[in-house]
Amino acid sequence: MSDHNHHDSETGYGRFHRRVFERKAGVFAVATTVAISVGALVELIPMFTASSSASWERVDWVTPYTPLEVAGRDIYVREGCYLCHSQMIRPMRAEILRYGPWTRAGEYQYDRPFLLGSRRLGPDLQRVGGKYPDAWHYEHMRDPRSTSPGSVMPVYPWLIDSKIDPADIAASVRALARVGTPYESTDEAWVAGRLQSQGATIVQNLASAGITAEWDDEIVALTAYLQRLGVEGRAHLANQGGDS
Amino acid sequence: MEQSTSGTVATPASRPDYDMDIVKKFFTATVVWGIVGMLVGVVIALQLAWRPANLGLPWTTFGRLRPLHTNAVVFAFGGNVVFTGIYHSMQRLLKTRMWNDTLSRIHFWGWQLIIVAAAVTLPLGLTQSKEYAELIWPIDVAITLVWVVFAVNFFATVAIRKVEHMYVAIWFYMSFVITIAVLHIVNSLVIPATLFRSYPIYAGLTDALVQWWYGHNAVGFFLTTPFLGLMYYYLPRAADRPVYSYRLSIIHFWALVFLYIWAGPHHLLYSALPDWAQTLGMVFSIMLIAPSWGGMLNGLLTLKGAWDRVRTDPILKFMVVAVSFYGMSTFEGPMMSIRAVNGLAHYTNWVIGHVHSGALGWVGMISFGMLYWMVQNIWNRPLAYPSWASHHFWLATIGIVIYTVAMWAAGLMEGLQWRALDDAGRLANPIFLDITHRLNPFLWLRVVGGSMYLVGAVMMGINFWKTIRGPSAPAGARVEGV
Ligand code: HEC
Ligand code: HEM
Ligand code: HEM
Repeated sequence: MSDHNHHDSETGYGRFHRRVFERKAGVFAVATTVAISVGALVELIPMFTASSSASWERVDWVTPYTPLEVAGRDIYVREGCYLCHSQMIRPMRAEILRYGPWTRAGEYQYDRPFLLGSRRLGPDLQRVGGKYPDAWHYEHMRDPRSTSPGSVMPVYPWLIDSKIDPADIAASVRALARVGTPYESTDEAWVAGRLQSQGATIVQNLASAGITAEWDDEIVALTAYLQRLGVEGRAHLANQGGDS
Repeated sequence: MEQSTSGTVATPASRPDYDMDIVKKFFTATVVWGIVGMLVGVVIALQLAWRPANLGLPWTTFGRLRPLHTNAVVFAFGGNVVFTGIYHSMQRLLKTRMWNDTLSRIHFWGWQLIIVAAAVTLPLGLTQSKEYAELIWPIDVAITLVWVVFAVNFFATVAIRKVEHMYVAIWFYMSFVITIAVLHIVNSLVIPATLFRSYPIYAGLTDALVQWWYGHNAVGFFLTTPFLGLMYYYLPRAADRPVYSYRLSIIHFWALVFLYIWAGPHHLLYSALPDWAQTLGMVFSIMLIAPSWGGMLNGLLTLKGAWDRVRTDPILKFMVVAVSFYGMSTFEGPMMSIRAVNGLAHYTNWVIGHVHSGALGWVGMISFGMLYWMVQNIWNRPLAYPSWASHHFWLATIGIVIYTVAMWAAGLMEGLQWRALDDAGRLANPIFLDITHRLNPFLWLRVVGGSMYLVGAVMMGINFWKTIRGPSAPAGARVEGV
């Protein structure tokens, strides 16, 4: 058995290909690398140069995630919430009606990793901040059906019992600062202080709904994260006078 | 002919001393991980149809098991099947044993350890969250090292080859070895915070673009080019026909590797990514039809003169259905890259239907065909239960059809209902969950289709087990080929 109809390899570029590429593995490997590099360089290089300075991705109306929000975001990643929830509202009438103003590039400028998501098994969360009181999130995470009858979202009762670790979060804040997120300070005392003060506000809100929680409960950190999603963008875009 | 895939008829004594043990190792790992990965697929399918299947435990919820499914089927099943085929076919195509047996074994055990590490860390919630690049940074480092070992062994084996020309399958393998290395390194650049956690050096949409450049090309260079390489070796072997067109293979190879890399932004259409990048992604995706169909046609036309055997030989049936699904998903993909179409399909089950017509139809079926051909060949035994191969074929084919049709229907339905407005211009379905509930019958259909596919794979596993442990063919009589 032969692998090719041999005659068609004896003329034109077939012959050239046989002589040069198929006989010299080094040439073949370099040519392949060049072939895959062109598109990659054309698309990626402008992004890198753009995101390094004042650019299309930089805006001054979005602030970095606070330490408590960083902790909450890490929980969101750990639980794979992004596999059911997108964080990207598209510039389409129905999406704007359902979720709010479409998402601008600058709103993601501190997102590491990005969490746009590619599926909507649940609603988009990019502007969920402020949509519900803190107590709603507490109940919803404990058992989604308590707030949303017939929900298909899984239950997350362990978020109520588990604790965040300030030293661990300080390590995250340091790593984020190293890649350029502007934090006032990265030492553990500062991080712990910020965690406690922001956590205390949420604990108070929960208490007024009759729920007892502590500042270092995971559910508090996750709530802090969810409640800030899209809020600054919504305020800014409203000032700009447009709803879309 | 010097470039033939099978060479002149050789007596067993004069055949080069190929390393068959490494092929058997990867073969076994393929079957085991394939069944595990598909089982997890059926579990998460059940979780979406029936919430209690999440079990209320942290490590069994959908959000933690879904990455386990994708990693298991893509890197454990897909990876091992590709390595099985590469180690088997490249030694024959290059007429030489692998350059270094120790490197082959480091590759094998290293890859299996990485899979085990993934299977432990993902349910624990240790993840970087990027799809198909979830594994935490220490595992990423291990992947890099194991890949270097594989690449060194691969290129050294090419260098010591005993034939002058590299056959087309080798071109595709080479593009796989090179491109996956580049993609993996660029997408994994992070600053570690702890042993288990890290943050990417890219932020926001730049991070998203790097990830989908990676993600789309993981499809292109992990689930497509190496499998085309397998097709170019095993389809002609199984059909006993020469490859239809040599020139077509040259054009479609170079066009495919050049065009694929541009298409990533079709995952970010309607995002705030600059328009020029979105447009490039869309245009190059549409152009991708041509080289993709070049590969499909070269595969199907290779069967010219062998179609009578397709009706009776389950191995050829698997391969024909595989190549047809390849053609179908590479037609659907470009359509879904058109902005307006993507506006409807994005975020919906339609994408899941597309994914699995490629994954179950193309990747799965070409693998099964190859494995059935190979088990008889490398263990030199006839199949223990030949009729089971046929049953497997039908279970898998009907399973795929049920799965994908259900997902297309569900995807269209939710896409249309999310956007529907009433006469007053308000949302016609303001409650998200109302739409979700209407999808439920389709999600159950997927459980059915997926289970059929899984049962077929388990039957294949049992068949292989019995075959390998059964008596070998009488001395002198070789079962297939070689
Ligand atoms: C299996 C898919 C799934 C997973 C995983 C999931 N959700 Fe949900 N989520 C849903 C669905 C469906 C809804 C809509 C019904 C409801 O309110 O429960 C929802 C609703 C929500 C809402 C309310 C949105 C709104 O605008 O009303 C929030 C907030 C939310 N989820 C947060 C989370 C977080 C945080 C996680 C991870 C810990 C998570 N979800 C994991 C499916 C999921
Ligand atoms: C037994 C058969 C299988 C079943 C029942 C199954 C089921 C599933 C389910 C339920 C999901 C999640 C869908 C969602 O998020 O809505 C999924 C995702 C996925 N599966 Fe499978 N699967 C199977 C086999 C495979 C195989 C063999 C492959 C690859 C070779 C594969 C590749 C993927 C990929 C890549 C995704 C992610 C898709 C995306 O993010 O868009 N699956 N599968
Ligand atoms: C010419 C070829 C192809 C093109 C242009 C293409 C295009 C696309 C598009 C537009 C999407 C949807 C993105 C979105 O809206 O979220 C997609 C998703 C996907 N496709 Fe393809 N496709 C092609 C072939 C294939 C093949 C052959 C496979 C499988 C073997 C495959 C696997 C996937 C996967 C896994 C996803 C889901 C990614 C995710 O969201 O996680 N594609 N593809």
